[in-house]
Amino acid sequence: MHKEDQALIFELSTSGRVGYSLPEMDIPEVNIDDLIPTDYIRTAEPNLPEVSELDIMRHYTALSRRNHGVDSGFYPLGSCTMKYNPKINENVARFAGFAHLHPLQDESSVQGALELMYDLQEHLIEITGMDEVTLQPAAGAHGEWTGLMLIRAYHEANGDTKRTKVIVPDSAHGTNPASATVAGFETITVKSDENGLVDLDDLRNVVGEDTAALMLTNPNTLGLFEENILEMASIVHEAGGKLYYDGANLNAVLSKARPGDMGFDVVHLNLHKTFTGPHGGGGPGSGPVGVKKDLIPFLPKPVVTKKDREFVLDYDRPQSIGRVKPYYGNFGINVRAYTYIRTMGPDGLKAVTEYAVLNANYMMRRLQPYFDLPFDRHCKHEFVLSGKRQKKLGVRTLDIAKRLLDFGYHPPTIYFPLNVEECIMIEPTETESKETLDAFIEAMIQIAKEAEENPEIVQEAPHTTVIGRLDETTAARKPILRYQV
Amino acid sequence: MKHRYLPMTETDKKAMLEQIGISDVQELFNDIPESVQFKGEYNIKKAKSETALLKELTLLAAKNADLRSHTSFLGAGVYDHYMPVIVDHVLSRSEFYTAYTPYQPEISQGELQAIFEFQTMICELTGMDVANSSMYDGGTALAEAAMLSSGHTKRKKVLLSSTVHPETKEVVKAYAKGQYVEVVEIPYRDGVTDLDALKSEMDDTIAAVIVQYPNFFGRIEPMKELEEIIHSGKAMFVVSSNPLSLGALTPPGAFGADIVAGDAQPFGIPTSFGGPHCGYFAVTNKLVRKIPGRLVGQTKDDQGRRGFVLTLQAREQHIRRDKATSNICSNQALNALAASVAMTALGKKGVREMAVSNIQKAHYAKQAFKNKGFTVAFDGPSFNEFVVELNQPVKEVNQQLLKEGIIGGYDLGRDYPQLKNHMLVAVTELRTKEEIDLFVDRMGDYHA
Repeated sequence: MHKEDQALIFELSTSGRVGYSLPEMDIPEVNIDDLIPTDYIRTAEPNLPEVSELDIMRHYTALSRRNHGVDSGFYPLGSCTMKYNPKINENVARFAGFAHLHPLQDESSVQGALELMYDLQEHLIEITGMDEVTLQPAAGAHGEWTGLMLIRAYHEANGDTKRTKVIVPDSAHGTNPASATVAGFETITVKSDENGLVDLDDLRNVVGEDTAALMLTNPNTLGLFEENILEMASIVHEAGGKLYYDGANLNAVLSKARPGDMGFDVVHLNLHKTFTGPHGGGGPGSGPVGVKKDLIPFLPKPVVTKKDREFVLDYDRPQSIGRVKPYYGNFGINVRAYTYIRTMGPDGLKAVTEYAVLNANYMMRRLQPYFDLPFDRHCKHEFVLSGKRQKKLGVRTLDIAKRLLDFGYHPPTIYFPLNVEECIMIEPTETESKETLDAFIEAMIQIAKEAEENPEIVQEAPHTTVIGRLDETTAARKPILRYQV
Repeated sequence: MKHRYLPMTETDKKAMLEQIGISDVQELFNDIPESVQFKGEYNIKKAKSETALLKELTLLAAKNADLRSHTSFLGAGVYDHYMPVIVDHVLSRSEFYTAYTPYQPEISQGELQAIFEFQTMICELTGMDVANSSMYDGGTALAEAAMLSSGHTKRKKVLLSSTVHPETKEVVKAYAKGQYVEVVEIPYRDGVTDLDALKSEMDDTIAAVIVQYPNFFGRIEPMKELEEIIHSGKAMFVVSSNPLSLGALTPPGAFGADIVAGDAQPFGIPTSFGGPHCGYFAVTNKLVRKIPGRLVGQTKDDQGRRGFVLTLQAREQHIRRDKATSNICSNQALNALAASVAMTALGKKGVREMAVSNIQKAHYAKQAFKNKGFTVAFDGPSFNEFVVELNQPVKEVNQQLLKEGIIGGYDLGRDYPQLKNHMLVAVTELRTKEEIDLFVDRMGDYHA
């Protein structure tokens, strides 16, 4: 161990220490050998740590201090919508009447939970312009797969079994082609044109009788609104395909444009992005899916509906694709998203998008003199820069990202989307102040100057973090994936 | 408008518009075709102040019968367990819950190390070589295990024991449909997987056999016999396990399992009306490059300091796109942290003590039912659940119990038509003797 290493919890363990307080054994005990066959009684103890309660708190507090969250500082991570996570959401999700409900309780005893789910569905239907919403998918990628399975079921129900291909733009999130594969489709890529939008001629070339769907993020991952969306919708619909909306970038168009009105048939939302379920260090998320009328029969079951004045779980869905998840989705995240929507209201959600887009455009224009701007037009909630100019000076985008760590920022998304060289993708969100944006801009400008005058300081960054750049090659070549006692 | 989450002032806005060179924010949306522009505001409920909203939602939550104010004997895959209070204190550190996926390791060492510790603890409990950083839940984790098996063996059929959680079975079938994998159910006999039926289905087209241990009825499956049958057919042995039970029971790894998947909800994660919970996924070394989802690995920086990174990412969707081993992206990182804290608090002694307490208390309840004249179906070695036969529909019995503040067991007739009037009862370490005695007493009139 290096003297600066943060101890693993296993290294803090001392035999005989405890950190628990289990309920009393108030029943007469029986010899366990009389209850369980010998071969099934565990002999070797699992090597879990033996530590006191204070040891545990100090350990995890130390770990938390080695972690950067939105509450620690600015987090302009493109495509991830790292906005403020309201604290009221956390309070509400912890109410006993929400946090401590069993999913298999009698419906009569969970009317409040079903009412919340139903009302959230109603709100999401209005926000997306779709006809019905399921809250079952656990995250965005799970929603994508669910949506594609719905489209597959729809085509199959029409006897249209030759639709084996899903079209995705070259700027798409990696989950899109991956979800297409696990839903049993082959992925076809459609090119972007010089304006960063889907190339309509190429789209016309790739659609056909085998097209199941086109998956699209709008605005796209470059932060640009696909202006030709109606034409794209008619190209795909005329070919008999369906239009799928990846809702990762919904923060850009709240109250400005609804997927349902743009011609989309299926939509997934990332409630942990636009609707402030916290990211949690990588989850849990929630990925509701909205559909137009003709896809409703295929929705996963059960569906929460209202019958007279009772809320019920409807399992009688003969054409349903089945279950995509046990129970009813990530309810705890849905509670947070619902609380957020109710905190903002219609005028608040409109302001969210206006400020998210205003902030992005402001940053883009202020940074434009210092970095290459591949698409010089108004952006939506995020924009991409290229580090091409800095690369010629020997400073890569990765170096710029690492240098930002020294200023206390989480870097933007880098090297994505794939169709922009040395890509830097910045999404400020609406919850940041002008002072924060300005300070970040100044840091970026300083780094651009350093790249010219003192590139080593950027190339060798970070200088102030608890650890330097890590050897990822060895990590992958000789993987150490667990602590060995 | 003014809102506490929106810090821009009118002065700020003016300066920013000027910088952009426009006079109105709406100009930034003019690239949206006129015909699809949404005019006005959503027709949704108006915003409420913090206090008013808290009051409304407090009342809404109070409409539910929660496990804190009721005594629950309901399990069936989701359990009411001891939750060390420190779990929520750790989770409330916003450095954890407001962070994104740890793609920037220099400022994400806390999360990465916590996950590395989680992976280690899951390996320890399951007896497997490698565990990933988490899956959505036990159901989808098992479905991914079925898909991994099919991909790895290049076989397109999996056998699924009918004693696997019914909702999980449905998820496995939905995933299998996606990848054109056939699923055949193996019936049970005496409450465990029917070995003869399994043998008769085994041939060289079977990718995997999926069992649950302890199974949906609470019973301990014949793991040794299963392993022999499955591996002699060169199929993969896939096991779904409640990880708490493995504090007392021989881990699936010791029985030769190839993949162990399940849900870590029993460790510090609230029932939360079914989610979010925390799927886990563990494999043998030979499958490490096939495992779905994120993996954290240990490495060093240029000064030799130990650090952690996301590794073997060439398996994942953001690199491999349509060739990825799974489409999973977000997982359940925060709940993996919760489970880690709970497993840490329990430690090697506590996890066994808690597991044994479940066995003991469930056994006590089972005996109490027998003494009262109930028939226990599928009686045999079990963990914290067992099945009692009633003389009337479980739903009706539960509605009566609810009036007395008791949440009764699961209605097996919902999934197994032949088990009408059969209640699956769960008794965890939280149930006191008094609560168990009262429950059995109130059930008194319902025995078949």
